[in-house]
Amino acid sequence: MTATVALLSPRKARARERTQRILRLVTAPVIVVLAVALLFWWLSTLQLDSIEQRTLNPTYIEARIKEHLLLTFVASLLVAVLAIPAGILAYRTRSRWVRSFFLALGNIGQATPAVGVVILLAIVWQTGFATALVALVAYSFLPVLRNTMVGLEQVGDDVKEAARGMGMTPNQVLRRIELPLASPTILAGLRTALVFAVGTATVATFINAGGLGDMIVNGLKLQRYPVLFTGAVLVAAIAVLIDWLAGVVEDLVRPKGL
Amino acid sequence: MSDTTHTNTGFFRAISAQSAGVALELDHVTKQYPGQPAPAVEDFSMSIRPGELVMFVGPSGCGKTTTMKMVNRLIEPTSGSIRIDGKDVLSLDPNELRRHVGYVIQQIGLFPHRTIAENIATVPKMLGWKKDRIADRVDELLRTVQLDPSIFANRYPRQLSGGQQQRAGVARALAADPPVMLMDEPFGATDPITRERLQAEFLRLQAEIGKTIIFVTHDFDEAIRMGDRIAVLSERSHIEQFDTPARILASPANDYVTSFIGQGAAIKRLALMPISDAALGPAVSGGPRIPVTGSLRDALDLIVLSGAERITVTDPDGKAMGSIDHAAISHVLGTSAPASASGPESAVAP
Repeated sequence: MTATVALLSPRKARARERTQRILRLVTAPVIVVLAVALLFWWLSTLQLDSIEQRTLNPTYIEARIKEHLLLTFVASLLVAVLAIPAGILAYRTRSRWVRSFFLALGNIGQATPAVGVVILLAIVWQTGFATALVALVAYSFLPVLRNTMVGLEQVGDDVKEAARGMGMTPNQVLRRIELPLASPTILAGLRTALVFAVGTATVATFINAGGLGDMIVNGLKLQRYPVLFTGAVLVAAIAVLIDWLAGVVEDLVRPKGL
Repeated sequence: MSDTTHTNTGFFRAISAQSAGVALELDHVTKQYPGQPAPAVEDFSMSIRPGELVMFVGPSGCGKTTTMKMVNRLIEPTSGSIRIDGKDVLSLDPNELRRHVGYVIQQIGLFPHRTIAENIATVPKMLGWKKDRIADRVDELLRTVQLDPSIFANRYPRQLSGGQQQRAGVARALAADPPVMLMDEPFGATDPITRERLQAEFLRLQAEIGKTIIFVTHDFDEAIRMGDRIAVLSERSHIEQFDTPARILASPANDYVTSFIGQGAAIKRLALMPISDAALGPAVSGGPRIPVTGSLRDALDLIVLSGAERITVTDPDGKAMGSIDHAAISHVLGTSAPASASGPESAVAP
């Protein structure tokens, strides 16, 4: 995308960027609102039995959404706090070994199926929120770690050399030059991690950690498809909304001039 | 800023106060990379006078950039000493040192996320200057490099053309008025027309500010145009010849230097000599005219172009003061070989 923008004249490119941004800003929320409205309209036309009524009511749904969001955000926050510094360390170390170690660590987390991690952890440790959190963090670690490393590596050698040549200490180069310039890539990694987390958090239901996975699994087990369907649509809607929100934040904090 | 507090603040204050150039000495400097059979720079000694613009010319990989980067310690010498205004740079804090040595590189390396004004303010900010002083300095520098502050101060680097970016890069390097500047092929990435303009502008600027400058290039013509003195370097940064452009052109030390000068050494020399160097003949009436402020090369150009035997030389007021012909020009070349170079060096600058 940057390549095509660069080919256009700056003014045209800026106009085009603005149109794109507005489209991006509007599309996702509109689709989500429509989908959720459609869902509830459909539910209202149904005759719900007692089992369905126990889950398809505002209190229950609200509680599951809260659990789901809590899990997602706490996991993402932990990932940000752990994976970004790890990425910086891995980037700054001269040793190839440390780099590959960090990358392998992240790879293992991501290559293992989320269900497997959650259940294995529950067996060897405990069930509940903390376990689900650890599994989610392990799962979302890699995109943030990798994007941090890649983002920092992408900062031009000329810029780094100029910064050092002007007498910035390595820490000043990191804080004032490298991190700001890498921030779009790092944020993109965080955004991926967030969306990952929303999806993966559905698995938490298997170890009694709540979330919208409860509705999906219950609906499936009890063959109450409106319940299953509501759970699935809500998870998807949350994922899209969070991705949208992260996109807005990305646009806002992107350093000017890039 | 925590890292400005160290024992050498006094020295830095002293050299900062001296915005014009200071002496720069490299003494038996060697750089040996571990695991390499030969050193990258071997026993390099050079003494550069205050305010002198010294060109390092050599093929890529000859160690000219390595030599230059040892001055601000982006590369640490293995042995030898480098002295700025008599003070060994190895005894100074490297980051603090770099804040007092201007540095311009070919790729410019402007910070893309900062405006031109912020880029230029980088070093003054690190040195803890007051806001007003920084703003005034940025304004002054933008004017100095002929970028209108009202247009360019708040632009981002990507909104500037290559030539404008390079000007901003020079302004940024000059920001804290460093007495010493290191320039690594600063105009190498620009097109020939822009390059020539930047060179001319920089020479005009240097005439005002008189920094001590090491300027690295692989372009010998650039070296002739810009340098007070030129160091022709070969492998391991060995100095083949270190002299004024005129003397190098007139008497290259060896075949290596000759090959570097390339074709047309005589023409290149003429470009460095003012018409007043020649013995003018009596004024003639009519025919082409040339101002005495031009170079002998300009005179030769006009003779060849016009086909005239003899052309009129005019003084700054446009009055005829004599004439010059082909023989007179050749005569200057013949007699000036190494001998005329004993004249004042300032006369040599293009």
